[in-house]
Amino acid sequence: MDWAVFLVAAAAVLSGALGVILSAHPVHSALSLVLTLFGIAVLFVAQEAHFLAAVQVIVYAGAIVVLFLFVIMLLGVDRSENVATEPLRGQRPIAYLAGIGVIAAVFLLARTTWVSGAESVAGAADAPGGNVEKVASSLFTRYLLAFEMTSVLLVIAVIGAVVLARHSPSGGVHGSEER
Amino acid sequence: MSVPGAWYLGLAAMLFTIGGVGLLVRRNVLIMFMCVELMLNAVNLTFVTYARMLNDIGGQVVVFFVLVVAAAEVVVGLAIIVSIFRRRADATADDVSLLRG
Repeated sequence: MDWAVFLVAAAAVLSGALGVILSAHPVHSALSLVLTLFGIAVLFVAQEAHFLAAVQVIVYAGAIVVLFLFVIMLLGVDRSENVATEPLRGQRPIAYLAGIGVIAAVFLLARTTWVSGAESVAGAADAPGGNVEKVASSLFTRYLLAFEMTSVLLVIAVIGAVVLARHSPSGGVHGSEER
Repeated sequence: MSVPGAWYLGLAAMLFTIGGVGLLVRRNVLIMFMCVELMLNAVNLTFVTYARMLNDIGGQVVVFFVLVVAAAEVVVGLAIIVSIFRRRADATADDVSLLRG
């Protein structure tokens, strides 16, 4: 049963990823991305990371992909890309070779051992209680400072997005010299 | 938990490689951005797998932070893409070469 779940989710993840990079149409890429993200969420559930699976579906498959689709439709760039043009000669073959090299290096280096190191530094994952409680207690004690920093980061991101995307009606107020 | 962690880590390595190759091969900035998301998800899967293999909840907390940073990154990156497209309608990554030396 575990193997069946893993194999189905892995197939979804890989086919979605290939769909993202192979489809010429940005909308198809975004929809393939949803498939990959759902597959990852299933793999999270299979590894007892229930909270992260929920957040994955809500934040990634919900908010981020919708944002992507929104921008694709808003800009009207939903047309196909000419994949044949190659401005930088030889870049694509080298990119494929580099990909094969990376995957070969990972499997070569990991053929004896995949993981080493101290166990349960930030708290045991199999301690009693639900997954959400354990993540929360670690988040609000050991990682409290980092958690507060993320709130600052989100505020900065919101302000940055507003400043970047603002369409100044008067023209030429903030960096709109070319319009 | 009959599936060994090595399988998850191998899958994550393949996903990361697909994302990286896509980032190098594609020209459309939106699709390049999606490839970055693929790579981030591969790393997230690796963290969760290590959290299981080392029995450490810290791996899952790190994934939470990666999700927050990815959300912020998408917001700012898409705002940059929107402002690029506003100036030139048909921008691929090769057309944005104003800073070329």
